[in-house]
Amino acid sequence: MTTLASLSDLTVTYRRAPAPALTGLSLDIEAGEILAIIGESGSGKSTLARAIAGLLPERTEVAGTLRWPGLDGAPRAGRDIGYVFQDPGSSLNPVLSIGEQVGEGARRHLGLSRRAADAKAVRLLTRVHLPEPQRIARAYPHQLSGGQRQRVAIAAAIAARPRLLIADEVTSALDVLVQAAIVDLLVELVRADGMTLVFVTHDLALASGIADRVAVMAEGRLVELGPAAQVVAAPKAAETAALIAAHIDLATPPLIGEAP
Amino acid sequence: MTEPLLIARDLSRTFTSGGRHVTALDDVSLTIAPGETLGLVGGSGCGKSTLARVLTRLIAPESGSIAFLGDDWLALGGGRLRAARRHMQMVFQDPLAAFNPRATVGGVVADALRIHSVVPKAERAAEVARLVDRVGLPSGLMDRSIRDISGGQRQRVAIARAIAVRPRLVVLDEAVSALDVSVRGRILELLVGLQRETGVAYLFISHDLAVVRAVSHRIAVMAEGRIVEEGPAANVLAVPSSDTLLDLIDAVPRLKREPRA
Repeated sequence: MTTLASLSDLTVTYRRAPAPALTGLSLDIEAGEILAIIGESGSGKSTLARAIAGLLPERTEVAGTLRWPGLDGAPRAGRDIGYVFQDPGSSLNPVLSIGEQVGEGARRHLGLSRRAADAKAVRLLTRVHLPEPQRIARAYPHQLSGGQRQRVAIAAAIAARPRLLIADEVTSALDVLVQAAIVDLLVELVRADGMTLVFVTHDLALASGIADRVAVMAEGRLVELGPAAQVVAAPKAAETAALIAAHIDLATPPLIGEAP
Repeated sequence: MTEPLLIARDLSRTFTSGGRHVTALDDVSLTIAPGETLGLVGGSGCGKSTLARVLTRLIAPESGSIAFLGDDWLALGGGRLRAARRHMQMVFQDPLAAFNPRATVGGVVADALRIHSVVPKAERAAEVARLVDRVGLPSGLMDRSIRDISGGQRQRVAIARAIAVRPRLVVLDEAVSALDVSVRGRILELLVGLQRETGVAYLFISHDLAVVRAVSHRIAVMAEGRIVEEGPAANVLAVPSSDTLLDLIDAVPRLKREPRA
């Protein structure tokens, strides 16, 4: 296996923050793997995703190293790394047509002409299984449902054929039915293109269904890292065990007794 | 069997969107008994939030009837409506949007007690302290702004406000959907504990079948504005009959302990 990215002793402190958001984190991301980053709010998982993508705000203090042995040089945002955010309602531009924003990455990074980018956008919208892709290319974000907008955001993120796709809580604003479909789509796309996927979520069960490896974060530290099934079956960190204990599915004993 | 707390019959409501008529509720009927939890589950756009809003009279149905505490709920007005409202409270997904942004934790609960004259004025402060403690919030948070606390803490304040007036029914619309799993578990335990102590009934609305199942005595499944199946929780899940419920069962994430092939 080749290593795509190598993080060593990474510490991230936001401007004016009293304490680091990420402390001494070391982690290799293998090319072609699905790596889930799990943790609760404030655990540092989104900071880690943003640090990998080079999306930290200006004047954030970063110590430690982030190397890219799997790339020729430093990664270019949008070209080598695609990023899908939690809320496509705010990450998509409301006044640009869907076709324009999906094609933009291909125009900028692959040097396609306007017309070729338009055609590429329609092909990408087909790939993310949107119905009537030509009609959707002419539509605007507000005309689509939340699940459809997230498919558009994924199409835009993969437009320049990135090596790494980062999906940051992309299903937390969606209902469980749409969530399952979006997760299936991400797995299908990364497997078909040999992309690496970093899947950030607070839902360990969701991650365990798709990830090769799971990284568990708590209070800015990496507390456990291992193959997904092993982490779930035999958690080593107390934080991982707590996440497993808090999981609710259809086999969980109900909290209530008999009806009154 | 005891008299139902709430009986809704044939509720219908359509919305007009971009010149098209969308049927949000299509002849929906349901009953809620005192002290029970009815779980209402369905995907986005199935009409479950519209139903919550019709039941709490935030929007009016075009047809149908609701009996609540034996009264014609949709016909009540003035002082009688205000008095009856005390008994039907609501908790939303995003409590921040449901509070006055300048409010403090203690102020939110005190306002509810004052508006509905739940306890004599002299006892109000003690009752606020009791409620804040009961929902598991440290007393040190009492004077904090509602914006300066975590999402889980804010949802506890919303629950304290709802139960402060000793209601018979609380409508919980995706009340735990935005919370971390560990916080979610503790809020569900709080809700179940409060029900045991006070006999309050819940209409628990969520898209997450696993969470609905954990807290509901009965479950109603909604799709395209209709209730497509309904019954005791264990029975509904043992013999699912609608496509919607089968899809919802499939979509529940399960912890995978075995490596994938």
